[in-house]
Amino acid sequence: MRTRLPDYLTRTLLIAAVLLLGGCDMVLFNPKGQVGLDQRNLIILSTLLMLLVVVPVIVMALVFSVKYRASNEKARYTPEWAHSRKIETVVWGVPLLIIIVLGVVTWKSTHALDPYRPLDSDVKPLVVQVIATDWKWLFIYPELGIASVNELAMPLDTPVNFRVTSDGAMTSFFIPALGGQIYAMAGMQTQLHLIANEAGEYRGIAANYNGPGFSDMHFKTLATDAAGFDNWVAGVRAGQARLDKDSYARLARPTFNHPVEHYASIQPDLFQSIIDKYEGMNRSREVEHRMEHMQGRIESSVGTGQQVSKE
Amino acid sequence: MFGKLSLEAIPTDEPIIMWTLAVVMLIALAGIGAVTYYRKWTYLWTEWFTSVDHKRIGVMYIVVALVMLLRGFSDAIMMRTQQAMASDGSAGYLPPEHYDQIFTAHGVIMIFFMAMPLVVGLMNIVVPLQIGARDVAFPFLNALSFWLFVAGAMLVNVSLAIGEFARTGWVAYPPLSGLSYSPGVGVDYYIWSLQISGVGTLLTGVNFFVTILKMRTPGMTLFRMPVFTWTVLCTSVLILASFPILTATLFMLSLDRYLDMHFFTNELGGNPMMYVNLIWAWGHPEVYILILPAFGVFSEVASTFSRKRLFGYHSLVWATIVITILSFIVWVHHFFTMGSGANVNAFFGIMTMIIAVPTGVKIFTWLFTMYRGRVRFETPMLWTVGFIVTFSIGGMTGVLLAVPGADFLLHNSLFLIAHFHNVIIGGAVFGYLCGLTYWFPKAFGFKLHDGLGRAAFWCWITGFYFAFMPSYFLGFMGMTRRLNHFDVPEWRPWLEVELLGVGIILCGVVCQILQFFFSIRRRHQNRDVTGDSWGDGRTLEWSTASPPPFYNFAQQPVVDGIDAYWGMKERGQKTAVEADFQSIHMPRNTSMGLVISLFSLVMCFALVWHIWWLAIVGLVATIAGVIWRSADDDIDYYVPAEEVARIENQRIKALAEA
Amino acid sequence: MSNLVQPDATAPESEHGHADAGSMTLFGFWVYLMTDCILFATLFATYAVLGQSVAGGPGAADIFELPYVLTETFILLFSSITYGFAMLALSAGQKQKVLAWLGLTFVLGLAFIGMEVYEFHKLIAEGNGPNRSAFLTGFFTLVGTHGLHVTTGLLWMAVVMFQVQRNGLTTVNATRMGCLSLFWHFLDVVWICVFTVVYLFGVM
Repeated sequence: MRTRLPDYLTRTLLIAAVLLLGGCDMVLFNPKGQVGLDQRNLIILSTLLMLLVVVPVIVMALVFSVKYRASNEKARYTPEWAHSRKIETVVWGVPLLIIIVLGVVTWKSTHALDPYRPLDSDVKPLVVQVIATDWKWLFIYPELGIASVNELAMPLDTPVNFRVTSDGAMTSFFIPALGGQIYAMAGMQTQLHLIANEAGEYRGIAANYNGPGFSDMHFKTLATDAAGFDNWVAGVRAGQARLDKDSYARLARPTFNHPVEHYASIQPDLFQSIIDKYEGMNRSREVEHRMEHMQGRIESSVGTGQQVSKE
Repeated sequence: MFGKLSLEAIPTDEPIIMWTLAVVMLIALAGIGAVTYYRKWTYLWTEWFTSVDHKRIGVMYIVVALVMLLRGFSDAIMMRTQQAMASDGSAGYLPPEHYDQIFTAHGVIMIFFMAMPLVVGLMNIVVPLQIGARDVAFPFLNALSFWLFVAGAMLVNVSLAIGEFARTGWVAYPPLSGLSYSPGVGVDYYIWSLQISGVGTLLTGVNFFVTILKMRTPGMTLFRMPVFTWTVLCTSVLILASFPILTATLFMLSLDRYLDMHFFTNELGGNPMMYVNLIWAWGHPEVYILILPAFGVFSEVASTFSRKRLFGYHSLVWATIVITILSFIVWVHHFFTMGSGANVNAFFGIMTMIIAVPTGVKIFTWLFTMYRGRVRFETPMLWTVGFIVTFSIGGMTGVLLAVPGADFLLHNSLFLIAHFHNVIIGGAVFGYLCGLTYWFPKAFGFKLHDGLGRAAFWCWITGFYFAFMPSYFLGFMGMTRRLNHFDVPEWRPWLEVELLGVGIILCGVVCQILQFFFSIRRRHQNRDVTGDSWGDGRTLEWSTASPPPFYNFAQQPVVDGIDAYWGMKERGQKTAVEADFQSIHMPRNTSMGLVISLFSLVMCFALVWHIWWLAIVGLVATIAGVIWRSADDDIDYYVPAEEVARIENQRIKALAEA
Repeated sequence: MSNLVQPDATAPESEHGHADAGSMTLFGFWVYLMTDCILFATLFATYAVLGQSVAGGPGAADIFELPYVLTETFILLFSSITYGFAMLALSAGQKQKVLAWLGLTFVLGLAFIGMEVYEFHKLIAEGNGPNRSAFLTGFFTLVGTHGLHVTTGLLWMAVVMFQVQRNGLTTVNATRMGCLSLFWHFLDVVWICVFTVVYLFGVM
């Protein structure tokens, strides 16, 4: 058995090291919002916990392979030894302990990071309604009376309450730099709560395959300070287009690589009408989301498949 | 008259497909020509196609699986090439309509028509021998299962030449897979090929469940069975409990598509989320069906090649049972992002992590089998150590994805792709390639060339790391799956490295093809005369000749412990002795498995193209075939005692000379 | 060709551990039946999820006629009893009685299917077919799948009757009748669940 690492393996490690150093700008590890930050830290914590088991396993695999290889006559050989209570206790017990720790972390973090849970903040949240339609994203700002296609503006340090639906196949609404994703489904409304803490332009995507235009279904997220946001809104309002049933019907026709579009005025309840279009959805069944507030109060609240009353 | 079918269904405007079809037809013609030239049709028909012998059926499963591996791998090469080329706004060479079929076909073929048949093939060859039985409980059903699987594979292959395949991903979520978003025949090909091979798999589950519980040789209690048999028993339970869900779900999707029903449509009350839940309630046990037998293979190999008893046998068995049960209560982890609420997500996340515990136990068990053993590093052991290292990484990333908060960032990203390829390739594929090498000499009487086997291993493992480790980082860089072009330049170098990795794996595959040719040419030098092919066999299959006589055991051995054959060797007990041989009851060969499946294939093809009269003809013919078989009285026979004695005496002579 | 039930076809003494063929077949069929149970469970679960999605159309209370379904139910339950008598005649080796009871079971089963087809036809003619809403989709599929199973059972029964008539009460036929018995009673149990979950709960 060769004990020297094969050439290609050495080369691999070198290339990997170079690439790793070069690829330090990984968006998931460079989050620009609190939600993304919490989720990233979860990834790091879970990885470290798991490495506690995986590293010894890999080391043992390599060490045992070398030490107990058949040609090494000096190593102890106990062909009938097949049982050890001590080892059993360790191999069942240690992973169990790690999983218990991770389990507790999971329970807490899953509740804290529930996409339906509004963010703890004193700033008044901004509501944005999101409609996924083949193959572009429509963003409606109901309180501001404007809408835009494939361009999402967010004011800094302001929680944004996304209400998401789809006018077609199932897809997923995702801004990697800011935090996790939520599915967009027809006839239903899902929710996502995000916040941008750093100014910049971030890539937003569809994260679930929904047809031939899928690869081009990305959008720009502009995170700016309050002044910048007001400017953007003013710019949109300065336009002529109105988003109503007819202009929406035109917009909803399947297109690839749809350019950014703005709507200076909107028909109210358009979002709700898109959801209601898919009649007969089971309205009586509601998804329950437990939400915990900072004060420790545990409030059971209800997020429905329909639009809730104003937050 | 021909439903939706017309000459336009042949994709003459797609040069890649037309060239592929031309090459495939040439190879097929060459094959048919060779068989005709060497006059082997009668041999093939009587010895293989009409066989109900589990050993023959197992080999056929594996042959088809390896052929489908080539097709699935070609899909992978095409995808990686496209992604490496199509950055910075370039469109690459595959239009979306084509690329989207390729990634769907890649998943479907690799899971259903490559990995599953490798599993079932090994199950077939090994389990009856390991438990000292003469065949499985229902040999005809076994043959039928195989041919139904072939019919499913044929349907998928035909879709390349006539019509199109689904463009939905391998689990085909509605409403995308419903009639309004996928009006073509692609999803119908998907549905029927899975339904028909799914029936075959379900029957296999019944067969092996009954075989293992009812046909073990005297003295072999459950806790004296080899670990591979244990994993097959648990796999059978998984199949029995999960495949009906797949059948029902695909049935419901087909009702939506054919009869305008509303299970999963967007309108009139359909609920696509129900499909997602159902398909993964099947889908998660399915991946355990793929991995548990691999764990069994590694248990056998680790013990045999360390020349040491398997460490912690009871732990291993209980761990397998626990994994089997737990695999039914984790399915939501495939869609944490669907918004099921924190309680639901947290429960399923925690359940998923708990599975990591028995899995980890198994890994330690194999390590401690090597510990203080004398480890021989022929090809099977290389695969084993490569698996331990690689699968651990894959398992770790799985636990990571099981944390819903983390999954929200990583769902559907290339991180997910890396994870599941990590465990499927590093776990299942490595396991079955290992099992192939390990049991090849038992099935064919000579070993595979070891040098080429090692070369293949190193290419596979190196290629794997190059091809998939970058994907973890691409996931961190925000790249989602199933993109056929993109405009993020940072991703490109990683994708090029992955293409290199695919090339290295290709070298591994070439080594394996060469290995077959070389080994067959050199078979007389590498002949296995004793039946204990590796010299250190511990379980009953090594007590038979290589290959075993068609009836496996002239007299069923009596077993008194784990590692029955090792015990026999230690006591100096001969495996073949002069005795008063009795006649043996054996099932007859039959063509009905093939015939019934052929009619089902006709029915399914007709259903795909809405040729209703032909579908009815196919259905009636299938039922008629079943009734015909049931009316057949001449389905078994007795091997005369003299014939048994002749075969056994030959073996006794060979052993004496060895 | 003997008309008597032959002794079990066990393998010769030398084949240790080989369970007799008939009981292994029955066991295998039982295992298959359990998978069928899961198939029905999936359809029940789907029906439960979709049960309220009437899309502005009729709900359960609007379209189910309990007296009619009760009649169907009794016909099917009675057919289980008649099959039981067929099995008794089998163990007594009385070929003609076996055929008679099987024939009666067949007629009852056919009546059940006839009533079900009529019910479906009526609903479809009214415009309340399976494509009207998710609820109706779920209903037609769950009840219809049960009906398909019963129809398959009837076809099987006809074949068995033919084979008994031709070959007598051989071991093979006895095993097959045993499997069909399991199948038929199983379908009865599923129907009880259908009757309860779909019709009774739907109307109440």
